[in-house]
Amino acid sequence: MTFIWLWTDFLLWLLFALSIYAVIKIRQNDLLLQKWKIIFSQPLALSAFIVFSFYILIGLTDSLHFRFNNDTITYSVLDRVLLPALEADERTYSTPLNYEQFSKEYLDSGLRGRAHLNLVSAQISTPGENYSQIFSLSIQALIYSIFSIFLLVFFSKKILSINPNTKTNRVAFVTLFGVIFFCIWAILMMPNYHILGTDKAGIDVFYKAIKSVRTGMIFGLLTTILALPPAIVLGLMAGYFKGKTDDVIQYIYTTISAIPGILLIAALVLILQVYMDEHASDYASSLERSDLKLLLLCVILALTSWTGLCRLIRAETLKLSELEFVQAAKVFGVSNIKILFNHLMPNVMHLVLISIVLDFSGLVLIEAVLSYVGVGVDATTMSWGNMINAARLEISTDPVVWWPLASSFIFMFILVLSANLFADRVRQVFDPKGDTDA
Amino acid sequence: MWTYILRRALYSIPILLGVNLITFLLFFMVNTPDDMARIQLGTKHITQSDVHSWKEEKGYNKPLFLNTNQSGAAILTDTIFYQKSIPLFQLDFGHSDSGRNINKDINERMWPSLALAIPSFIIALITNIVFAMWMVMLMGTKLERFTLILSVALMSISGLFYIIIGQKIVAGLWHWFPVSGYQSGMESWRFVLLPVLIGVVAGLGAGVRWYRSIFLEEINKPYVNTARAKGLSEQQVLFKHVLRNAMIPILTGVVVVIPSLFMGSLIMESFFSIPGLGSYTIDAINAQDFAIVRAMVFLGSVLYIVGLLLTDISYTWVDPRVKFK
Repeated sequence: MTFIWLWTDFLLWLLFALSIYAVIKIRQNDLLLQKWKIIFSQPLALSAFIVFSFYILIGLTDSLHFRFNNDTITYSVLDRVLLPALEADERTYSTPLNYEQFSKEYLDSGLRGRAHLNLVSAQISTPGENYSQIFSLSIQALIYSIFSIFLLVFFSKKILSINPNTKTNRVAFVTLFGVIFFCIWAILMMPNYHILGTDKAGIDVFYKAIKSVRTGMIFGLLTTILALPPAIVLGLMAGYFKGKTDDVIQYIYTTISAIPGILLIAALVLILQVYMDEHASDYASSLERSDLKLLLLCVILALTSWTGLCRLIRAETLKLSELEFVQAAKVFGVSNIKILFNHLMPNVMHLVLISIVLDFSGLVLIEAVLSYVGVGVDATTMSWGNMINAARLEISTDPVVWWPLASSFIFMFILVLSANLFADRVRQVFDPKGDTDA
Repeated sequence: MWTYILRRALYSIPILLGVNLITFLLFFMVNTPDDMARIQLGTKHITQSDVHSWKEEKGYNKPLFLNTNQSGAAILTDTIFYQKSIPLFQLDFGHSDSGRNINKDINERMWPSLALAIPSFIIALITNIVFAMWMVMLMGTKLERFTLILSVALMSISGLFYIIIGQKIVAGLWHWFPVSGYQSGMESWRFVLLPVLIGVVAGLGAGVRWYRSIFLEEINKPYVNTARAKGLSEQQVLFKHVLRNAMIPILTGVVVVIPSLFMGSLIMESFFSIPGLGSYTIDAINAQDFAIVRAMVFLGSVLYIVGLLLTDISYTWVDPRVKFK
C-alpha cells in the first residue's frame, strides 16, 4: 500500500496543522482566549462550529489518498468507508431508501421483480418489509448513538470536568448527538440501502454528496488562505510606508477590482482550460489532473478576491501607524520589517480572521455558480456545483427526479449556514464596531 | 465641481490602461493567437497554413508588442497590442472571433438586460430597506432574533436553488408566467416578472443584513436621541432622520453598481433565456470566443469606473458638508 499525496491533500493537512498551532498559541494568550470563550458561549455559534468541524473531518478523511499494491485505483480513507455505496452496480435512478429502481417503464408496466436494486437484500419485496427494515436499522442506530453520547457526557464530566448542565453545553451535546446519530445511521444503512437514491447512471447520490464536501472545503478554505499573503503584506506596506508605495499598491488593487470578478475568473479559467488541454499528457492520472485544476481554480479566485481585505488592512494600518506604540518603535530604531510584522500585523489580525470566516461561505456558493457557467471544477471532480448542473434538467422531467438536486442543495446549505452563523459570532466579538446584540 | 469631476475622470485613465494591459496579457500572451486559431477552427486536421490564414483574416498575424520590421511609430502601432487595444478606448469592440460585429450585438442586447436589471435593482433596493427598517424597529424582541436567523438562512441558500425552485413552482404549477424566453416591447414585463421576483428574494437575506448594520450604526448617535426626546414617533425618527443620514454609506454601496446594470446578470439571463448581455457573455465563454469576453471585461471595467465617479458626485448631492479637494 502506498500513500499518494495530491497537492490539495497536502495543503489541506498543512492548513489543519497550522490551525492546531494557532489553537495552542491562542491558549497561551489570555486576551485572545477570553475572546474565543465569549464566541463559544453562544449556543448557536457552538453548535454551528460542531457541524462545521464535522464537515472538516469528512474533508480530511477524504484527503488521505492511497493505492493498494498491484491495483490501479486510488482510494481515499473516506472511499473505503463508503465502499458499499461505491461498489453497488445499479443501472439507473432509484428514490432514496427504496428497494426498487425508479424509471418510467418499470413504474408503468408493473414489472416489479425485475427492477430490484443490487444493493438491497433480495428478501425485501414489499414496501412493508422495506419500511420495517429501515425502522429496525434506525432504532439500532438510535440505541448505539444514545449509548455513545452517554459515554461522551460521562467522560467529558470526569476527565475534562465539563459541566453538561449549562445551557451552552446542553446545546453542544444535543448537536453532537445529532452528528453521531447521523454517522452511525449512515454507516448502518449504507451496506443495505442507497440512502439518497441513485442518479441516472446508477451512482449512489449519498456517495456523491459526501465526496463533494472535500471540494467545497478546499474551495472555501484554500482560496481564502491563498488570498491572505498578498492582502496582508501589501495592505500593511501601503498603510505604513504611505507615499509612492501607497500609490502603487492602491493602483494595483483598484485596477484588479475594476475588472468584473466573475468575468475575470471566467477568462482565467478559459485560458487555464486551453493550457491544460494542450499539456494533457503531462499528468500522471486524471485524478492528478483534476486535482491540479481545483488548486489552480483556487489560485485564480484568490487572485481576484484579495483586494477587499487589502483595502481594509490599509485603512486600519494608516490609523495604527500614527499611534504612539508605532512611533515609539520607530524612535527606538526598530527596523521597518519588524514594525510591520511584530507591531502592526497582530493589530490587524482581527480583520483577517473576520474576512476568512465571512468569505468562506460565499466561496462555497460561488463554486456552484461557476460550474453552471462552465468555468468550474473539472467535470470528473465530484462537487455540488457539478451535481446541480447535472440534475438541473431532471427537475422538469415527469415523474420528477428531485433527490440528486435536493441532496446537493441540502449538504451545501448546512455547510454554508453553519459557516455563516459562526462567522456572524466571530465578527460580533472581534469587530469593535460590530453590533453587540443577538 | 467640474474640475473635480474632470480630475477624477483623468485619474481613471491609468486604471483603464492597466485593465487593458492585464486583459491583453491574459488573452494574448498566455493564450497565443495560434491557440485561439486552433480552438476556432476545431481541433482536428488543422495545418499550419489554416492557422496562418485564420490569423491573417482576424488581424492576429502581427507581433505582440514591437514590430521590428517597421520603422518609426509603426514599430509600436503595427502590433496586435496597439491594433486591438486602442479602439477599445473609443468603445469600438471590432468583430468577434466568429465574425460578428460586437458593437451591434451590444446595442441590441443591452435593452433586454436593462429591462431585467433596472426593475430588479429598484425593487430590491426598496424591499431591502423597508425590511431592514422593520428589523430595526423590532430591536430587542424575540421576533427580531428570529428574523435575523431567518436572514442568515436565506443568504445561506444557493442562488441556483431560488432560480430552479422558483421556475419550477411558480411557472410550472401556476402557468401564470412563461418559464423562459423574451419578447421586446410592451409584452416584455411578463417575461421579466419572474426573474425579477426571484432575484429580489435571492438577494433579500444578504441585503437586509447589510442595510440593517448601516442603520444600527446610525441609531446610536445623539441626534436620534434628540429626535426621540422631541416626541417624534419611531417611524418618523427612522424614515425621516435615520434614513437620510444613512444615505452616505448606502450610496457608497449602491451607486457604484448602477452603471454595471448594463452588463446584465449572467445567471438569471441564461436560466431564463433572456437575450441580454449576460447570456451573450456566457455564450461567448462556452464558445471560447475571446474577442467577446475581452470586450465585455473592458466594458465592465469602464462601467465600474463610471460608477465610482458617480458615487463621488452623489455624495455632494446628499451631504452638503462634503467639499471637493
